Order: sequence, then C-alpha cells, then structure tokens
Amino acid sequence: MAHGPAKGIKRWLFTTNHKDIGTLYLWFSFAMFLVGGLFAMIIRAELFQPGMQLVTPEFFNQMTTMHGLVMVFGAIMPAFVGLANWMIPLMIGAPDMALPRMNNLSFWILPFAFLILVATLFMEGGGPNFGWTFYAPLSTTYAPDSVNYFIFAIHLMGASSIMGAINIIATVLNMRAPGMTLMKMPLFVWTWLITAFLLLAVMPVLAGAVTMMLMDINFGTSFFDAAGGGDPVLFQHIFWFFGHPEVYIIILPAFGVISAIIPTFSRKPLFGYSSMVYATAAIAFLSFIVWAHHMFTVGMPLAGELYFMYATMLIAVPTGVKVFNWITTMFRGAISFETPMLFAIAFVILFTIGGFTGLMLAIAPSDIQYHDSYFVVAHFHYVMVAGAVFSGTAAVYYWLPKWCGRMYNETMGKLHFWIAFIGFNIAFFPQHFLGLAGMPRRYADYALQFADWNMVSSIGAFIYGAAQILFLYNVIATIVAGKPVKEAKVWEGAEGLEWTVPTPAPYHTFATPPAVK
Amino acid sequence: MASESNYYYVPESSKLPIFTALGMGLCAYGAGSWVQGHSPMVFLIGAVILAAVLWAWFGAVIRENLAGLYNERVERSFVWGMSWFIFSEVMFFAVFFGALFYVRTIALPELGSPLETELLWKGFEPSWPLHVTPEMAVAGEAAKFKGPREIIDPWHIPLINTIILLSSSVTVHFAHTALKNANRRMFIGWLAVTVLLGAIFLGFQIYEYGEAYRHLGLTLNAGIYGTTFFMLTGFHGAHVTIGTFMLLVQLVRAIKGHFSADNCFGFEASSWYWHFVDVVWVGLFIFVYVLGS
Ligand code: HEM
Ligand SMILES: [Cu+2]
Repeated sequence: MAHGPAKGIKRWLFTTNHKDIGTLYLWFSFAMFLVGGLFAMIIRAELFQPGMQLVTPEFFNQMTTMHGLVMVFGAIMPAFVGLANWMIPLMIGAPDMALPRMNNLSFWILPFAFLILVATLFMEGGGPNFGWTFYAPLSTTYAPDSVNYFIFAIHLMGASSIMGAINIIATVLNMRAPGMTLMKMPLFVWTWLITAFLLLAVMPVLAGAVTMMLMDINFGTSFFDAAGGGDPVLFQHIFWFFGHPEVYIIILPAFGVISAIIPTFSRKPLFGYSSMVYATAAIAFLSFIVWAHHMFTVGMPLAGELYFMYATMLIAVPTGVKVFNWITTMFRGAISFETPMLFAIAFVILFTIGGFTGLMLAIAPSDIQYHDSYFVVAHFHYVMVAGAVFSGTAAVYYWLPKWCGRMYNETMGKLHFWIAFIGFNIAFFPQHFLGLAGMPRRYADYALQFADWNMVSSIGAFIYGAAQILFLYNVIATIVAGKPVKEAKVWEGAEGLEWTVPTPAPYHTFATPPAVK
Repeated sequence: MASESNYYYVPESSKLPIFTALGMGLCAYGAGSWVQGHSPMVFLIGAVILAAVLWAWFGAVIRENLAGLYNERVERSFVWGMSWFIFSEVMFFAVFFGALFYVRTIALPELGSPLETELLWKGFEPSWPLHVTPEMAVAGEAAKFKGPREIIDPWHIPLINTIILLSSSVTVHFAHTALKNANRRMFIGWLAVTVLLGAIFLGFQIYEYGEAYRHLGLTLNAGIYGTTFFMLTGFHGAHVTIGTFMLLVQLVRAIKGHFSADNCFGFEASSWYWHFVDVVWVGLFIFVYVLGS
C-alpha cells in the first residue's frame, strides 16, 4: 500500500483509497445536485406565473417527485458520505476506512441506481409522479408502470447506504489512533457515528416499504389495500418511521461540519463539547418516536395527536442546546469571516428559522391548517438547503485547501456566498406567506392571489441556481489554478489531526497511527 | 517500518467491487423489467455476474486470510461489520412484524367500525385469521381478495420446524465448541448436522406452502392474512436458505482445513447469522402461527 494512485480511469474505477472514494462521492453528489437543480428550475419556471406555460401537469408531478428523490438520496446523502470518507480517517488517525473494497462498492452502486431512476423519465407512462414520499395508493394502484424500476433503484440506494454506514461504524469503533478516546473525537466523527446507526436502523425499513409496494403492485398482496384488510395509512407509518430519522441522517453530519468550522474561525474551542455529543444522541433517539407528526391529518386518536405533538416539541430542546453552543463559541471569539464561516453563520441563523417553523408545524391543531401547504415546503427547505446544503458548501471551502493544496479565491467565495444567501431567502421566505395564505404544495397551477409571491420566489430560485454555477467554477478554478498552500495548518485557528498531515494531504496518511495526547 | 505494514491491511485497488455493482445494477434493472412482463434475461445476466464476482471476492478474502494478512484489528472490523449487518436485517424483519401488529390492532378494528361498515364494507366483521376480507363481505365470491378457508395448524409442521431450527442452533454451537477444543472431526460432524437440519427445515417449509396453496386456500392473495403470513415466513425462508448456503460453504472450508481455534471468522459469522435466523423463527412461531390461529 505504499505506492501512489494508479494511472488514468482505472484509479477511479478500482480504487480502495478513502480519499479517492471521498472525491468520487463528492463529484457524484454535485452532479446530482445539478440534475435535481435542473428539475427545480423547471418547477419554478412553471410556477413563475399562474396558468400552464411550459410543461404538462403530469410532467410537473414527475418533476416534484424526482427533484425530491434526487436531492435527498443523490445530492445530500452522498455529499456527507463523501466528506466522511475524506475526513474521518484523517480525523481519527486511521490509515483508511475499515473495509476499503466495500467502500468502493457502496459508491459504485449509486451511479447505477440513479441511472435507473432517471431513466424512468424516458419510459412509457413517465417516471414516478407520486411525490418523494410515494404514498400508497398513489404509488401502487395508480402508479405509472415505471414504478417497478423506482422500487429497485431505491433498493440499490439502500444497499449502498447500509454498506456505507457499516464501514463508518467499523472505522470509528476500530481504527482510532491510540489515545483518541471517544470523547476526544471531533464532533464530525461523533455525528457521523450516530448517523450511521440511524441509517442501519431505518434504511431496511425503507426497503421493507418498497418491497410491500412491489408485492401489492405485482403479486396480489394487500398491505396497503383496505379491500383485503390492509391499510394505506400503514404505508405512511412505515414511510415516516424511516422518513423522520432520515431528515436527521441529513442534518446530523451537517451539525458536525458546523461544529468544526465555527471554533476555527472564532479561534476558540467548541463550547460545551460533551453536551454537543449528548444532544446529538438525544436527537437521534427522539427521531424514532415522533414520526406521526407528518400524519396529523390522517385521523389519529386524540391521544396519538397529543403524544406526537409533545414528543416532537421535545426535539427542540437538544437542538436548542446545539444552537446555543455554536453561538456561545462565537461569543467573544476573535472572529474572521472567511467563506466557510459565512456559510456556517448563515447555517446557524437559517437553520434556526427552519427549526422554529418546525415547532409551529408540530402544533397539531395548527398543522391541520399548514399541512401540505407551501409552509411545509418553506420549513424543510430552510433546514435542508440552508441547513444541509449550506453546511456541505461550507465544508468544501473549508477542506478544499487541505485536499488539493490550493486556496480558493476569497473574493469569489464571498461572492458565491452572498448570491446564494440572498437567492435562497428570496426563493423560500415568501413560501411561508404562500403557505399561510393557503397555497397547497405539489400543484402545477395556483389561484391568482398567489401570483406575486410566486414570481418573487421563482426569481430567487433562479438566483440561487445561478450561484451553483459560480460554486462549480470556484472549485474547478481552485483545483486547477488556485494559489498553492504549503502549511499543514491551512487555517490558523484550526485544531485536529487532519491539520497535522502535509498539504495537500498525501495519498496515504497515518500508515502508522499518530500518538494522540 | 515493519509495524507500518502490519498495523492494518489495506487492500490494493480491486476490480471486484465495481463488477459487483454492475451485477447489482443489472439485477435491479432486470428485475424491474421482469416483473413488468418482459424477459428475465437482463436479470439473469446480472445474477450470473453477481454470483461470479462474489465467488471471486470471497475467494480473495479467504486467500488473504490464509496468507496471514489479517491481524486482530482487521478481524475486529469484520466482526463489527457482520454484527451491524445482522442488526440491519433485524430491522428489515421488524417492519413486517410491525405491519402484522398494526393490521391486527389498528387497521382491522377500524375497518369494522360502525362508520366504515356503514359506508364502505357492509357486514364486515374483523377477525383473525381473517377468513372474510372486507371486499368479500361486500362482493362475496366475486372478490379479488378471498381470505383463506383454513390456516396452518401450528402444532404440526411448524412445531416440528421449531424443534429442528432450535436444535440446529445448538448443534452449530457444539461445532463451535469442538473447533475451540481443536476437535476437527466433531467440528465437521456437528457442522454437517446443522446444514442437514437447515435443509430439512426448508423441505418442511416447502411442503407446508404446497399444502397451503393446494388445500387451504391460503395464498399470497388471501387478503391481509395470506399477505403477512407469506411475506414473513417467505423472507424467513429465504434467509434460512442463505444461512444454510453460508454454513455449507463453511463446511467445505472446514473439510479443506481452513479453520483453527483462533482463526475461524467465516464460520463464526455464519453461525451468528444462523442464530439470528433462529430467533426470527421463534418470533414467527409465536406471533404468526400460535397467536395467529
Ligand atoms: C426542531 C426541529 C424540527 C421540527 C419540530 C420539525 C417538525 C416538522 C413537522 C411537524 C413536519 C410536518 C409538517 C406537515 O407535513 O404538515 C415537518 C416536515 C418536514 N420536515 Fe421538519 N422539523 C424539524 C426539523 C427538521 C430537520 C432538521 C429537517 C431536515 C434536515 C426537517 C425536514 C422536514 C421535511 C423534509 C419535511 C416535509 C416532508 C414532506 O412532507 O415532504 N425537519 N417537520
Ligand atoms: Cu419529521
């Protein structure tokens, strides 16, 4: 294992190196981000004005469905697995991931899965059109024929996630350098460890859900068919038992990134390290017992509504602990505002807004009004875009110099940030108003009183979309022609093992474990 | 420098994973088109590729192990890997058990509530086993989902199968003890008995399915009872098949002399899997067969 990378394409096809695989994941994720983004642009272009302009309603439904699926499973999740691959071995002083060949496998499954998924758009009857939550019976009795390909694509993604999670658990539990005790691990490693457990617990549940669909559609079972004694609501329970932990699978690693960046640019250690660890574990635990807050309108018994309402609100407590700790870390710090820090601060502010709208949605009696409106759309884009995606963007700017030995152009980085920040808020803040005023989600057309804010929202979305082209340009320009950096510690305030290896990080690091004091 | 290469074995770049991914991708695409009524060709090609690559992959791992490349730390990665894989399998079964409990305690009583019977399913009465589905209550024999006429008696084949599977967990444990005591003959013997018990279990299970389909009207389409019955026992049966195959491979390896008291991960992993399959069966026996009749 002493030698460097293989030559040419073979390096990427056959690699067992965690840095190569991390890079593959990150580029794949970015490609999917652009594909999902294209779908979003089509949605916003159609909604620019009331009435039907560009696409048919059927195609519009396929776009909302595919946008959600591609962004969640293709863009956000692989982005953080990519970061995990690159950074966890560096952060804990391991020579590589614990199971390097399986690591390669869990990546290469994804292109096949998404090839199949995206191919459904070109099949007879069109692609999935039942929303990214694929509720039965829309996704069973009334589904297009291509649903079977969708089902097997989901199976592939699940297999990839499970293997990735197993790899991360084995790496963190087994490959830490001597002296790197659990409570010394960087928070990014902690949040990923806990996320990996969430993945192992819920990806099989998702596999179960699509398997039941497959059987109902093709083999005459009646899981979701009341005629045979089943229940479509059963689908929603199973989906959200997966779905709610899934949103924390998306956000917990993002928390880890923010917990690395804020101390660096505040030049202070993270405030309340152990409370961060416990809060992460508490959030993960709670995420299993709140799923039916997505189902307040299906007709639950009153006791169920109350239980799920209060349990959901409880999540705000550990989440609040985190936000408090980030802010307290910055308090009286010697703060500087490089691009990663700007994204991190924006994360804290905007994620908190998303958390608050979540609390509003958690109030069962009010949710009956908000449910399936644009208010929900605004809520989850504040947590998923300004949360997960901003955090991923921050991570790229933060670690890119370590990865490729070149510094990005700070002015261009800041420009990207401001365009993204402004575009995002113009796109999604008005959606709160639209939702509260009663505009339902997932429709290709709307009533005239919603026209103004929709136009504003679309303009914001186009700005945010354009910002991503700038992001792509910045990353490529840095890799090709950025100013070379030599210092191991790229950021003066940074702490941790990843900053002790040379810059750019050599192909193999920590073949012998470092000593951790 | 010696410690450098000994610290952890990181394999060279490898063609195995991407061909595994190719096999899986073809299987997925092929399965999608197959259930849609097209030819199973793509699926079969994928399956052949997958089988061949996995064969090569496990072969490579066994060779590396015999070459002494795996130290204790590498082995611990395998242990964590297998344990958490089994955990994910537990969660997979949990969904289907969850569906069973949900249907029995929530969905069926709701379908039999005054409102539902008034508006939708006139005359429907919830029961378990559900011989008369809601659709049947309304449409009679014309219904698509017809409940089973009879169900499997837990105290015949299922009881025998319980005894078989429980004993097989014991015999695989005996094999393990024999291996630890370096008693090669007993090790191979008990392992062979375990594989045999697994095969007998499967034989009974197939026979039971035949009975259900031919004589009891208990089929996959027999409403929610048939659905939960066949999905739970079917996935379990599939796992027994995999487990038996895994143990069979270990048996061949045992005969070839691959294992020693402190180098037997392949065998141990298969035996954990076997115990897991066994525990799931106990759940099935109680919740599907005994409490379901
Ligand atoms: C304090 C924390 C949070 C609370 C109390 C909360 C609460 C809720 C509630 C009650 C809903 C259902 C609204 C409805 O459909 O009527 C919802 C929807 C949603 N939330 Fe959150 N949430 C929180 C944080 C998050 C986070 C961190 C994420 C992801 C990163 C997230 C992602 C989503 C998504 C994707 C949906 C919509 C799913 C759909 O119907 O398509 N939420 N949230
Ligand atoms: Cu939720």
